[in-house]
Amino acid sequence: MQLEAAETIRMEGTVPMDGPHEAEAVSMESPAAETAIRDVKIAARGVDVYYGQTHAIKNVSMDVGANEVTAFIGPSGCGKSTFLRAINRMNDTIDICRVTGSIKLDGSDIYDPKVDVVQLRARVGMVFQKPNPFPKSIYDNIAYGPRIHGLVSGKAETDLVVERSLRRAGLWEEVKDRLPAPGTGLSGGQQQRLCIARAIAVEPEVILMDEPCSALDPIATARIEELIDELRANYTIIIVTHSMQQAARVSQRTAFFHLGDLVEFGNTEQVFTMPAEQKTQDYITGRFG
Amino acid sequence: MRIYGIGAIGIALGLLAVLLASLISTGAASFVQTHVRFDVVIDPSMVDAEAPGEGNYRAIVRDGFEALFPEVTNRRDQRDLQRIVSSGAQYMLRDRVVAQPDLIGTTVSLKVPVSDPFDQFAKGVIPRDVPEEQRRVSDKQIVWWDALVADGRISKPFNWALFFNSDSRFPELAGLRGAIVGSLFALLVCFLISFPVGIAAAIYLEEFAPKNRFVDVIEVNINNLAAVPSVIFGLLGLAVFLNFLGMPRSAPLVGGMVLSLMTLPTIIIATRAALKAVPPSIREAALGVGASRQQAVFHHALPLAMPGILTGTIIGLAQALGETAPLLLIGMNAFITSDPGGLTDPATALPTQIFIWADSPERGFVSRTSAAILVLIGFLLVMNLLAIFLRQRFERKW
Repeated sequence: MQLEAAETIRMEGTVPMDGPHEAEAVSMESPAAETAIRDVKIAARGVDVYYGQTHAIKNVSMDVGANEVTAFIGPSGCGKSTFLRAINRMNDTIDICRVTGSIKLDGSDIYDPKVDVVQLRARVGMVFQKPNPFPKSIYDNIAYGPRIHGLVSGKAETDLVVERSLRRAGLWEEVKDRLPAPGTGLSGGQQQRLCIARAIAVEPEVILMDEPCSALDPIATARIEELIDELRANYTIIIVTHSMQQAARVSQRTAFFHLGDLVEFGNTEQVFTMPAEQKTQDYITGRFG
Repeated sequence: MRIYGIGAIGIALGLLAVLLASLISTGAASFVQTHVRFDVVIDPSMVDAEAPGEGNYRAIVRDGFEALFPEVTNRRDQRDLQRIVSSGAQYMLRDRVVAQPDLIGTTVSLKVPVSDPFDQFAKGVIPRDVPEEQRRVSDKQIVWWDALVADGRISKPFNWALFFNSDSRFPELAGLRGAIVGSLFALLVCFLISFPVGIAAAIYLEEFAPKNRFVDVIEVNINNLAAVPSVIFGLLGLAVFLNFLGMPRSAPLVGGMVLSLMTLPTIIIATRAALKAVPPSIREAALGVGASRQQAVFHHALPLAMPGILTGTIIGLAQALGETAPLLLIGMNAFITSDPGGLTDPATALPTQIFIWADSPERGFVSRTSAAILVLIGFLLVMNLLAIFLRQRFERKW
């Protein structure tokens, strides 16, 4: 019963659909319904992720719109981070992890054997839960990515990229006088913005953020949230968060995961004000999680 | 339990203290050497200015020393008198004249080591109060000796020869130079082989190797290799490097190769531990900006692991420096009186030199053995301090 409902909800707001669900999905559209995703950046279809014997993600299909912020919410261990890491193949580094199904970035499957993972990760950048600047200077933290991808040549050009990235991450004014200082000497919030600047320095199209504010105080969190909203203009952003307020504040779409299932996916406003699923309702009102 | 623990540590420290005390009490005497000073006339009739290396220096030294005791005329007594001076004195004089030929025809003040029995006598190792037939110094010689002392001709300067001479038949001339140079050459070879190979193997096992049965077997074997008795490695070196590959015997090259077999597991284990200590978040950060796995390892993990790797390497080399058994098997315990000029020249190493001296009956070698052990311990101490310094200086908190 529940599973079936979940299937239906999953289709909400997704453009390409297949088979018998189509009619159902259309029938779900109410006057208050969401705006459809116009420009699909990432399309996942029937994605399963296994850690050895554990089935961590179960048959998830969803679309992520370009220049939108998509939030993944759900209780711990629900698989939201796992799914996020499947999008830039970060799970490849874990030997026992296996991914099936298809995830398409701009229409091409990222799990195609011909795909260069390094290029993929340059297009789909990542910011991690705990700020993890390299134990190098602020300057080198930013310059590392562009250097290994050959995006810059010479000092002047690198300087430009470093400044631009730091400006976009809203960190330039605070660190412009101490670029040779170690990145690990910054405060937690500054470190996380440094990591965001490092991610955008390689000009990605998508930025994945895995609970980027969980280690930060409220003021630093507010700054990162502002930043995410600004970055939306140029990048597609997917953010995993434990804070429902944060999901409500920063995202346009919200996906609720539970025990490896994608329970509900839709406009953020709708998911938080009138969720279609009882489970979602229970979670956002704090009855479990 | 606490008492037991403290007791155990106390016993260990006590034994260490006893060991060091006994080494220092026997070895300290070797850090000074008794010398005697007298004048010799370098008679042009005995030394040809054209070929200063060929002269009859033995007679020059003999005449010079006998001139101090004109009353000794008996041949037999003269011979006994000569025994006070080291037999190496004539060579020291020769080397000096060869280096400075215009000394021929002049009178030179010679300050040379006394022979071993008199050195020991001067240091009190051979006591006066035992019967004459039980000591190597006769009563007559003691009278002459006392005359020399009264004359102010005997001195005990610091024994630089211990460090700057090579091995010798005569304890008073024997030094560690050849052994130190041989050990350095062997360690150099050992480092050049085991450092790159060990790091490469560790990186592969830690970062790239698939997790399967085969790799597990390799891992277990590397850990076991570290526990293999060193004499086995010596046998391997003897069988493979010397007999099969026909490499030179007693050479630091082969010694270093054998030692590197022993150092390899230490370096591999230390490198893997150091790589493991680099947090995964750093690798993820590198992968996240699109670095390949090689780049993540070589740009980030390896540089961050380097202090740990160097510490492990130094400790491995320190172990190799003290290793004796494998070197004995490949012949680095030969009697060699010149220091090796290259990697394939015959040489000894510090521990094998200790082994040779410990085997020698002369009293002088007994204390020199202790002195050599102290020198070896000094080298080990310096290396371990360097390792500790590196660890303290570059240790990183995550």
